[in-house]
Amino acid sequence: MERAALLRRLTWQTGTVISTTFETPRVKTITLAVPDWRGHRAGQHLDVRLTAPDGYQTERSYSIATAPTDEYLSLTVERLDDGEVSPYLVDELRAGDELEFRGPVGGHFVWDNDFGGPLFLVAGGSGLVPLRSMLRYHRAIGSRVPVRVLCSARSLELLIYREELMEMATYDLVDVSITLTREAPSSWRGYRGRIDPMLLSMAGWAADQMPLTYICGPTAFVETAAAGLVALGYDAARIRTERFGGTGV
Amino acid sequence: MAVTRGFVGRRTADSSRVPPGQYVTRDFPVLSAGPTPYTPLDAWDFTIRGGVDRPVSWSWTEFQALPHEKFTVDIHCVTKWTKLDMAWSGVSLDTFLDATPTQAAYALAFSDGGYTTNIPLADLRGGRAWVVDEYDGRPLDPEHGGPARLLVPHLYFWKSAKWIRGLDLRAADQPGFWEMFGYHNYGDPWKEQRYYGD
Repeated sequence: MERAALLRRLTWQTGTVISTTFETPRVKTITLAVPDWRGHRAGQHLDVRLTAPDGYQTERSYSIATAPTDEYLSLTVERLDDGEVSPYLVDELRAGDELEFRGPVGGHFVWDNDFGGPLFLVAGGSGLVPLRSMLRYHRAIGSRVPVRVLCSARSLELLIYREELMEMATYDLVDVSITLTREAPSSWRGYRGRIDPMLLSMAGWAADQMPLTYICGPTAFVETAAAGLVALGYDAARIRTERFGGTGV
Repeated sequence: MAVTRGFVGRRTADSSRVPPGQYVTRDFPVLSAGPTPYTPLDAWDFTIRGGVDRPVSWSWTEFQALPHEKFTVDIHCVTKWTKLDMAWSGVSLDTFLDATPTQAAYALAFSDGGYTTNIPLADLRGGRAWVVDEYDGRPLDPEHGGPARLLVPHLYFWKSAKWIRGLDLRAADQPGFWEMFGYHNYGDPWKEQRYYGD
């Protein structure tokens, strides 16, 4: 039955940009009004298609940053200097523009309340985007599933959704841990350095609590986090991953 | 076709090798649904089962002894990247299938970690599919599917199952992992068959 519900043809549609907001100097959140959005599940992504005047087209995938319960659809895009699409989205796209896309896409890296918990969300850099959708959804539906979040960022300035994370951390059911890998303010009381098994064991759940884990980030980050959790005794079948970027090969 | 205001875009020099909607990367991106499995080679085998008289397995040592081909192909991933001229070494699926006569028309590839993907058997014959254990002259890295992965370069890369352990031969087609989640059942990049209904 679930499969039948998922198997709908994905057609291209157009959204209107309502606003664009810098999260960091290189990361922007683009908010779209979509007249007939079919809805999505927390963690899914969209395919965006850009068309040049001569008809040349190119496509990229971006995680949806907002919850299914939110009024608008947002994407959070990190500018890749050698990219073709992200510099356009970050530098050029502005309120009032139209953006073509289709989706939602992806059915594995999604969270629903009935999947059980406790939940462990692990983000490297802009890997936080689909996890933010899950956190907003968790809050909006009043889920009672306890959540621990571990975010890795180079510095506090480069941590996306800073204020929102701080606010989420005040909820009884949500614990947020942040580790800064490059520089930290002298007053910083969070974690420092790259994730490793020690940090994962402090910020996550004990394996015997059978956590459901979502990890998103650059490839090397996800490999380290997933292998570390398996070594800590986490059930590999309850670890879902989403990676971006290559291995430099 | 609606033009995107202010978008110019980059063209690829050799666009005849790049399917619609794809861009060329020099990187080798990694996409996996879960943790990377690490199966010891002495516990690894490749099995053809299902629509055969009896299942046939090759141990790692037996697999190594099969004739390997070196070949260079372009790879197209449904997440939009295309990587040109990737150099692999592996055993043609013809070698395995010639040893396992069958009336089946479909294969469900299965992997360590529980991943599956379905492919018509005809697409695995005729020198168009391999079990590869080497990329760029070196053993295949675990995050890229090592010790061995399926390689079916004429279909989107999710059909090239990482950490391959065998084929389940079937009379009827059965969708695999991503196909169940709405990805296209066949996945021809030149027809841009990304998702159900494409």
